[in-house]
Amino acid sequence: MTPDLLQQGARRVAERMQKSDQKTESGGRETSYGRIATPGEVDVTHGRILYLEDVSVSFDGFKAINKLSLDIAPGELRCIIGPNGAGKTTMMDIITGKTRPDEGLVFFGSTIDLLRHNEPDIAQMGIGRKFQKPTVFEQLSVFENLELALKTPKGVKASMFFRLDSRQSDRLAEVLHTIHLADHVRVQAGTLSHGQKQWLEIGMLLMQDPKLLLLDEPVAGMTDHETERTAELFLTLKGKHSLMVVEHDMSFIRSISDIVTVLCDGSVLAQGTLDQVQSDERVIEVYLGR
Amino acid sequence: MTDKNFSLPQRAALLTRTGWASFIVSLLLVCALAPTLNLIAPQGSMFHLSDYAVALVGKIMCYAICALAMDLIWGYTGILSLGHGLFFALGGYVMGMYLMRQIGADGNYKSNLPDFMVFLDWKTLPWHWLLSDSFAATLVLIVAAPALVAFVFGYFAFRSRIKGVYFSIITQAMTYAAMLLFFRNETGFGGNNGFTDFKRILDLPIATPSMRMILFVMTGCTLLAFYLFARWMVRSKYGRVLQAIRDAETRVMFSGYSPLPYKLSIWVISAVMCGVAGALYVPQVGIINPGEMSPANSIEIAVWAAVGGRASLVGPILGAFLVNGAKSWLTVTAPEFWLYFLGALFIAVTLYLPDGVLGLIHKWKGRRA
Repeated sequence: MTPDLLQQGARRVAERMQKSDQKTESGGRETSYGRIATPGEVDVTHGRILYLEDVSVSFDGFKAINKLSLDIAPGELRCIIGPNGAGKTTMMDIITGKTRPDEGLVFFGSTIDLLRHNEPDIAQMGIGRKFQKPTVFEQLSVFENLELALKTPKGVKASMFFRLDSRQSDRLAEVLHTIHLADHVRVQAGTLSHGQKQWLEIGMLLMQDPKLLLLDEPVAGMTDHETERTAELFLTLKGKHSLMVVEHDMSFIRSISDIVTVLCDGSVLAQGTLDQVQSDERVIEVYLGR
Repeated sequence: MTDKNFSLPQRAALLTRTGWASFIVSLLLVCALAPTLNLIAPQGSMFHLSDYAVALVGKIMCYAICALAMDLIWGYTGILSLGHGLFFALGGYVMGMYLMRQIGADGNYKSNLPDFMVFLDWKTLPWHWLLSDSFAATLVLIVAAPALVAFVFGYFAFRSRIKGVYFSIITQAMTYAAMLLFFRNETGFGGNNGFTDFKRILDLPIATPSMRMILFVMTGCTLLAFYLFARWMVRSKYGRVLQAIRDAETRVMFSGYSPLPYKLSIWVISAVMCGVAGALYVPQVGIINPGEMSPANSIEIAVWAAVGGRASLVGPILGAFLVNGAKSWLTVTAPEFWLYFLGALFIAVTLYLPDGVLGLIHKWKGRRA
């Protein structure tokens, strides 16, 4: 065999490997009638990773979410905007299992009913969440924060005998560089600046390797430079992960968004590109007051 | 992209070099020096360690185990228990029952039953005393009794997500309720007199200097072993999850950890440590009664941990020695001031020493460096 033929063969194998590794809408699988759904694994063959239908929840008579229907495709980066009290954070609470809705359907993929699971289960299935106020473990170092978030068995015994293997260390180092905290590995998380804490929390999400990321005001309190870098980061995540970003910073949204959903009074008011929704009469009305 | 100066932190050693050195020194002190000075050095010599001192230090080492247990649950996990006295007393009662059975027919009434049962005119041993004749069963029960109570209580409390001061109040109520239960004669635990007048342990006389020294050495070794175990736990990822639960429990949940098994396991481990301490305490002081379950005792355990310095393991042990040392000195010289002193101490520590005495030492060291 000539070296030429050897190289060709190697290339063909590499191409096929790449194809099978690729995260397609079917999760790498071929769609067919004989397809078997794996319990606990998200099934996106129907093209939706998150599906909410007619979800309502009220607190003491106040309807925080009112017949909300929304869906997100795998790999999509969706921005959610809306005035204060529109129900953005409550929606995230419902998706992550913190709040139980009064009625409605919430599905992760087409097989997992999120209303049947609690917060840790949902997190382990692959939904990561960043809070509005950055929540990191203040007494632990940056390294320990990331290590805790790492996707590993999360039982008591597993934690007692846990040791970081080399692959996990590499992953940790990679994330540390992505979030620009490599110089602060040993620093106590409580002493970081606000923007750095935001990044650390995003880094902890990345360590979890979630399929869907819910990000509540990720650039609040960041400098312009930091905001720019965050936008770049989100654009690289798009495609591999699905993202739902709640933000008030319009220039940030302009730099990352495809489709923007406007929430108001607990339901979807408008949806489309940023320019479309910004020219929508009703959107202008709720933002400028009636 | 990885630069050359970059490295991930290494896993911390179980103990540092000085840590191991002081550990071995403490081990020698307990196992070699104290027995030599107490049993071999002649009575009048200046090197003689008095029986009183042995009894006192032995007792304080039991308290130190409780403080260590409290540190695991309060200092590291952020759950303040004001009911750890109950677990201490449970271990003590299990041991006490065995010691009562060891008295045999040598009691005041020369009966095969414990004296208080004869006094109550009981003819047979109640069912919960059946295992108390066996030393092996007693050893198992010393661990199992506090563990079971802690597990049942903790499971329901943590599953209902009871936190903070509400949890503390419930633990306080738990130990108070148990105290009232044990005060009653019909529960078969000797009522308000509890158990005393022990004569033998493992068929050997209990009130001899050598037996006292054996118990002393066992207590010291248990304390050191528990310290190592606690150190191993808090430096593992398990320990860091506990600290994470203390700092931001919601983030822990959204990172995929269910806090319930973590809280429950450390709660039970902590309770078992207290139970073992209680079991070592009873043969040394020679009495156990429901007073050990009084809420004030449980609060004192928290005071030791706070004075020494929370979330440091060494701190609470230090705190137990400092506070109890002060107690035995003050209750002799100025007995009426002890409670005022304890109250003032707690206020002073809360206001001025959030990290306890150990925090203060670290501060001084840091200033000098």
